[in-house]
Amino acid sequence: MSDNTAHTLRIEGLHASAGDTEILQGVDLEVSSGRVHAVMGPNGSGKSTLAHVVMGRPGYEVTAGSVTLDGVDVLSLAPWERAQAGLFLAMQHPTEVPGVSAAQALAEALALRAGDDGPSDDQLERTRSLLEAEAAAVGLKAELVARPLNVDMSGGEKKRNETVQLAVLQPRIAILDEIDSGLDIDALRACANRIEALTEAGLGVLAITHFTRVLEYLRPDEVHVIVDGRIVDSGGPELAEALEADGYAPYLPEEPDAGVAVSIGGLGSSLGTGAGPSPADDPFADPWADPLDELG
Amino acid sequence: MFSPDLVDALDGSDALTKRRRAAAERAVASGQPSFTEEVWRYTPIDDLDPALYAFAAPGGAAGPAGLMDGVDDGAAAVVRITNGAVVDVSVRAEGIRVGTLGDGADDLIGTVAPEGPDVFGDWNLALATAPVAVSIDPNAVVTAPIVVHVHTDVEGLAWFPRLVVVAGRTSQATVIEHHTGGDTPALVCPLTELSVGDGAHLGHLTVQELGSGAWQIANLCSDVGRDANLRTGQVAMGGAYARARIGIDMTGRGGHSEIDAVYFGRGSSTLDFRTFQTHVAPHTTSDLLFKGAVDDHARAVYTGLIRIEADAPHVVANQTNRNLKLSPNAWAESVPNLEIENSDVQCSHASSIGPVDADQRFYLESRGVPTDVAEALVVRGFFDEVLDALPSEEISASVRQRIDELVSDADFAVAQ
Repeated sequence: MSDNTAHTLRIEGLHASAGDTEILQGVDLEVSSGRVHAVMGPNGSGKSTLAHVVMGRPGYEVTAGSVTLDGVDVLSLAPWERAQAGLFLAMQHPTEVPGVSAAQALAEALALRAGDDGPSDDQLERTRSLLEAEAAAVGLKAELVARPLNVDMSGGEKKRNETVQLAVLQPRIAILDEIDSGLDIDALRACANRIEALTEAGLGVLAITHFTRVLEYLRPDEVHVIVDGRIVDSGGPELAEALEADGYAPYLPEEPDAGVAVSIGGLGSSLGTGAGPSPADDPFADPWADPLDELG
Repeated sequence: MFSPDLVDALDGSDALTKRRRAAAERAVASGQPSFTEEVWRYTPIDDLDPALYAFAAPGGAAGPAGLMDGVDDGAAAVVRITNGAVVDVSVRAEGIRVGTLGDGADDLIGTVAPEGPDVFGDWNLALATAPVAVSIDPNAVVTAPIVVHVHTDVEGLAWFPRLVVVAGRTSQATVIEHHTGGDTPALVCPLTELSVGDGAHLGHLTVQELGSGAWQIANLCSDVGRDANLRTGQVAMGGAYARARIGIDMTGRGGHSEIDAVYFGRGSSTLDFRTFQTHVAPHTTSDLLFKGAVDDHARAVYTGLIRIEADAPHVVANQTNRNLKLSPNAWAESVPNLEIENSDVQCSHASSIGPVDADQRFYLESRGVPTDVAEALVVRGFFDEVLDALPSEEISASVRQRIDELVSDADFAVAQ
């Protein structure tokens, strides 16, 4: 199933509102296979809204712009169709779903991807095994992935559980909404290492975060600064270091200390290269593989 | 609603006949209930026209297995009561006695509910044509369920099933009532008495699968003895108007009760639950969990009261009612109440009514689960904890499967 197809999530001129408030005011971003993009910004800058709008969470209205995955109009798809097309959102606050296990939910998703009309008992069992194997990889107890989704889990366990599901589903592009919040340093390292391994196999990542800590492990190729619903700066990993040193003040108009912003802003951007590495074993290669097969 | 003269035509001991007459007089004096009374609030009781029904006991064939498929095979006893007559009694285990009218049931009627608890309870005592009394011997451990099938399929019939369960000291048993019926109009007013002896463990489950024409006005009266344990559950799936008034009297120190219900209203059905957790003795606990869904034009009413009497310190009592509204035309009401006369107690109550949770649906969708499947998973998941709590794993499994079938093709209302 060797395939050299690279996948690209392209966000262009995206404007979106919640109620009467316009939160995204023209976002342009492009994430391709194997690339890790970090989007950083202060509270209220629109980071999480960007993640929600791309995944199609109810409650937002897109007023202008486009989002495409390999040229397909994502915004016209239902959230589950976006996921089936290869997008994944690791949520900042994963929702508790009483009475529904990760195995039940993911087996449904994987069966549909494999073209089946609902999972067989065998597929359910293999999904359970995959989840347990991935849970071990990020130090999450096996009994926690067997539990109803996110019910009675700590914040850190929920984040590890998101990483586990990401690894089992093997999307093309993953959006990580503050995957680092609630994680202690060991858990953060375990999750980031797992995600990084997936990027080496071709996963494209859009990591939304407040803090640079997670970027020590995720090692972004590009860093973007979002303020007031716009990407105001883009650069390489050194941009994150500058943010660590100076904070977001240079990008905020009311701050007098604007000289720093000029130096950071001059770093330029490799935004939009769209030429990620060509993964050798793309689980979404054509014909679509059933990731369940990998367990043998 | 009915003539007290009907009592004279019934069999049974002289003592029972005397009590029947007194009950009929009380019922006549009560008259017909009205929704203006608190206990009938939110109900269509004013639509009840007794003239549409004729009291009789024609008997007939057994009803369908439905959710009880296969349960009879392994049962400790099976009793079939159809259209007002006992048609079959089969006892297959030690430690159980089954009495019928004039043959062991007469003196046990009224063990827990000598009168009332409402006008239909009094009519039930007056006019129960096929009372059945199940006694569990003291210390007997009956592992297989005792099954009582109650079936109604005569158009326009009114009748009064009565079941008395007396669980002797430190006995263990589970009794499952199964109420079935056709879609033709009928009025069925069952009354079940559960007497849980000191140290006994009694499981009890009512599985209601009535047809769309049936009115059911049911009473459950229970008395939980010292250090005794009662797990009682309701599965309610049908009926035009199906009411269950459930009284749990915690009268023995150290007693524990769990009261659970799973209900799923469809079509234009109304499901009505009134619960009374009454703590008379200290150091007693009761846990109530009622979870239901209403689809189509169905309605559900839950009204619950935890009452703790002054002489009952160290009581723990909980009451939770949750409702899923699966259609914009469905309706649910939930009214929990506390009445506490002792300050040294722990009580909680919670209730909710809402559509399928949009966040839960979105979470599953974000994994790639199609909308309809995500909604079905959320609805199944909603019932999971209460299905686990029912006192029969066999019935839990068949109800789970029935709910799967009901939700798999449905199109639900979702909160945005």
